[in-house]
This record gives sequence, C-alpha cells and structure tokens, in this order.
Amino acid sequence: MSFKTIVGSLNSYQKGSIDLNDDLRHYAFSNIFEVANNSKPYERVMVVSNLEYAAEVVRAEGKSDWYTAPHDEFAIVMDGEIEFTFFQLGDDQKPTHKAGAIKVKGEPKGKRMGRVRARRGHEVLLPKGAAYQLSAAKPSVCLIQTSAGPESVERWSKICVLE
Amino acid sequence: MSIASVKVIASAPDPVLGYKKFQFGSFTFERDMYFVHVGWPKGTHTIEVDRFLRAMVRDIGWGFFYGWIFFDDVFGTQNHYGTVDIYAGTYSKGHRDTGVDFLETFNTDDVRVAFETISVNWINEGYDPLRAPMETGSPLGPKTRDAAGPLIRGFEPARRMMGLPGDTSPRSDASGHPINRAFADMKFDKPDIEIEPGFEDQVHAFNLFDHIARADVTWNPSFTSITRACICCVTSEEHMLPVIHGNDRNEWFIQLTDEIQWNIQDKNTGNPRGRIVMKAGDVCAMPADIRHQGFSPKRSMLMVLENGTPGLEEKYAKGELEPFPITASRW
Repeated sequence: MSFKTIVGSLNSYQKGSIDLNDDLRHYAFSNIFEVANNSKPYERVMVVSNLEYAAEVVRAEGKSDWYTAPHDEFAIVMDGEIEFTFFQLGDDQKPTHKAGAIKVKGEPKGKRMGRVRARRGHEVLLPKGAAYQLSAAKPSVCLIQTSAGPESVERWSKICVLE
Repeated sequence: MSIASVKVIASAPDPVLGYKKFQFGSFTFERDMYFVHVGWPKGTHTIEVDRFLRAMVRDIGWGFFYGWIFFDDVFGTQNHYGTVDIYAGTYSKGHRDTGVDFLETFNTDDVRVAFETISVNWINEGYDPLRAPMETGSPLGPKTRDAAGPLIRGFEPARRMMGLPGDTSPRSDASGHPINRAFADMKFDKPDIEIEPGFEDQVHAFNLFDHIARADVTWNPSFTSITRACICCVTSEEHMLPVIHGNDRNEWFIQLTDEIQWNIQDKNTGNPRGRIVMKAGDVCAMPADIRHQGFSPKRSMLMVLENGTPGLEEKYAKGELEPFPITASRW
C-alpha cells in the first residue's frame, strides 16, 4: 500500500471545518496559506497568541527589512524557498525592547554571521540579538515561533472562521 | 504540600496468566487476557488492555503532561507539577452522584515508578503501545516474555533548538529511525547553510519534517525549539489519541500535513461541544476549559505550541486568566 501525504501551499490548500456548540472565537481557527494569500509581503500576521507568545505567518516575496528580537525566534518554511541572511548588530542597534521582532534601523553594522536557504519543512533559528533578513524569488510562506512584538499584526476577525 | 512517599507493591505472578497484580496507595491494578481492572476503596472499573497500556506509557513519557489525562471517561491522572492525582469517577457525573468517585494524590516520581513497574510487567515482547496499531503486535493473552528495549521513548526535549551543538539531535537513519511508510512519498532535503567561523551556535537549520517523518512513536511529542517559555512540540499522529486530554491552559495546534479530526468536550462535565477537522495549514486553539481527543485516518504531522510558564495552571484554575486565548477586545 502506498500513501499520499497532503501538504498545503499558497496555490493549493483545503481548509478544515469547525462545528462546535461554543463561541468559535475561543478557538481562533485559521489557515496559514489563506492568511498568507491575503497578506502583504513581510507582514507578520499572528495566527497563534498564547499570552505573551505568538506565531506569525509571513508571506515572503522579494527582500524584507532587517529584523531583530531580544530572544530566539524560529521560522518554519511551509511553502516555497526563503533565504535568511544573518548579521551581528552594532551596539547602538541591539534590541532594547521587551519581546517580539522589531525592524533594525538602517543596515546592520556588525559582522556577517551566515546564510540559510530553506524550503518546505525546514526550521531555521533566528538567533537572539542578531539581525536577519528574508528574501524569496517567488512568493513563499513561513511560520515564525516568537513573542508578540511591535511588528505583530492582529486581524483575528478577518482570518478566523466565526460561523 | 508535602506528601508521604508511596511505593507500588507487586504480587507474585498469577499462576495461570503470569501477570502480577499491583497495589499503589488505595488503588489496585490487575490485568487478565483482555482487560485491566482498576480498584479503589469504593469501586472498580474495567478498561480494555490495549487502551490502558497505550495511555499509561504515554502518561509516563509525557511526564503527566499539562492538565488531565483521561484514560477513558472514568480513570486518569491530573498533573500538579510535583504531585499527581490519580482519580476514578471524579469527572463522571454518575460516579459522583452515587458517591463512588475517588481521588488520591501522590508524588510525581512515585507515580512514574508505579506506572513503569506495571507497564514493564504487563507489556509482552512483540507489543509496542507507542507504535501505531498497524505497526505492532497484540497485548492480548497471557504473559510471555518482557518486552526488550525502552518502553518509554520519543520525548526528546531540546534545550534551545534541535540539532544545535550540544543539544538534542534530529532522528536519522544513523539513529535507527528510517522514514515511516506513511511519509515515503515525501522528498526530504537539507537546508543550505553557510556559517561564518565563530557562529556555529547561532546559524542553524534542519529539516523538521524529516525528523517527524522518522518518528517510531505516535501521539508522543518531541520538543524542537524553545522561545523563552514557549515550547514547540512536534509529533506524528496515526489512528487515535489513546487518551482524552483535558487542558489546564490554552494550547495551539498547527496541522503540518494531512488531517486530524478532533472531538471536543467540556472539561468538567465531559459533555460534547462538537468537532474540529484540521487540514494541512490549519491553526486552532485548544482552550483551557475543554477535553479533546484526536483521530488521524492517515499518519500526519502536528505541531503543538505550549506555554510552559510555571504556575500558569493555577491562574487558569482560579479564573485569573480567561480560558481562551484571544480576549474580546482583540476581535
């Protein structure tokens, strides 16, 4: 017997269903690919919120700004191919805010740390205090495990199934 | 709260079936060819042996997890992170109404030792309750030989991120974990990584799907990455979650591949609330006031994001936090 594994993509996904005798807002049911299809490049749209923690869907297309966070973040590529470039920051660029990703002012002033080219299923470390930039030749999608922060976008009523 | 240590007491093997009986606190545990019989001062309860053993080994492996683990509608455990309740009928209206419900609190280590002792005696060679039902033998019948190898495995907590120097390693052929038959149609490649000297512990990536596809266990998560107290757990799911999980906090499910169907119940009463079908790419919160049980028709990949902040369970229990993640003002 052979199996066929179903994965989603920007161009092809099927959403499940939620049929509950309860307030559906409590479950915040959404779909990563639907969210990415309705996002601008590099918007960080929250699809998970657990007190201070979050997961954000990012539609990668072209080159992003530089980001940094005061804690580790992790990106899981769900569709396409994304290149992540890492640099150290200058002392005056290091994150001083509490949590979540923030845009770096200007170009990072520190040493080049490396680069990762990742495809579906790959998980990439976005290390604490480093600058990172995403780029994608074609529209791609990743999910970022992080904390809610200045760049987090909340639009729950638009992304979630409510009836 | 200080609790006196309790040790599990084993009987001599049954002369016919060969299994031992066990006493742990006020509970007794006895198995025959088909069933496990749990006894307590005011009652008894019978669970099919496959279901009981699948639940018990996961309860041990999960470290009693977050909240309630219902082996079925009657018997289970609740984690208090240092102590564990074992209950029978506590969350069953019929048992409570007739006064035969019972709950006893133990030190976590004592419960772990007791459950491991029972599992080792009751699991025969050729039966592996952590595998999918189609991948293992049967637990039915008399005792043969103790199973060889670790009964409890698969919970591999990364400290920062799996695969970093000094951290846990992803599964591989070399570790004895081939790609599971259900994911043989997928292609697994490695990310392309360039690291400047000195940044080996900062620039890192690995194939998460490959790690999940190689799991030799089901419904048994491994931690892969940690953001402060936010824990990313991934797991391969096939057949049914052999327990009903009652949440003591909000958790989030992200369906990475295929489909899982979830039955949702009220946590306290067990009354059905309905059903959620999650397909690849779907994201859904599991609120702090529910029980849930999953059914995965084809082996699938699931990511769970947990908030491991100590003491969170007490804040939800006291009503200091709402039992759902997105407060009304954010809609």
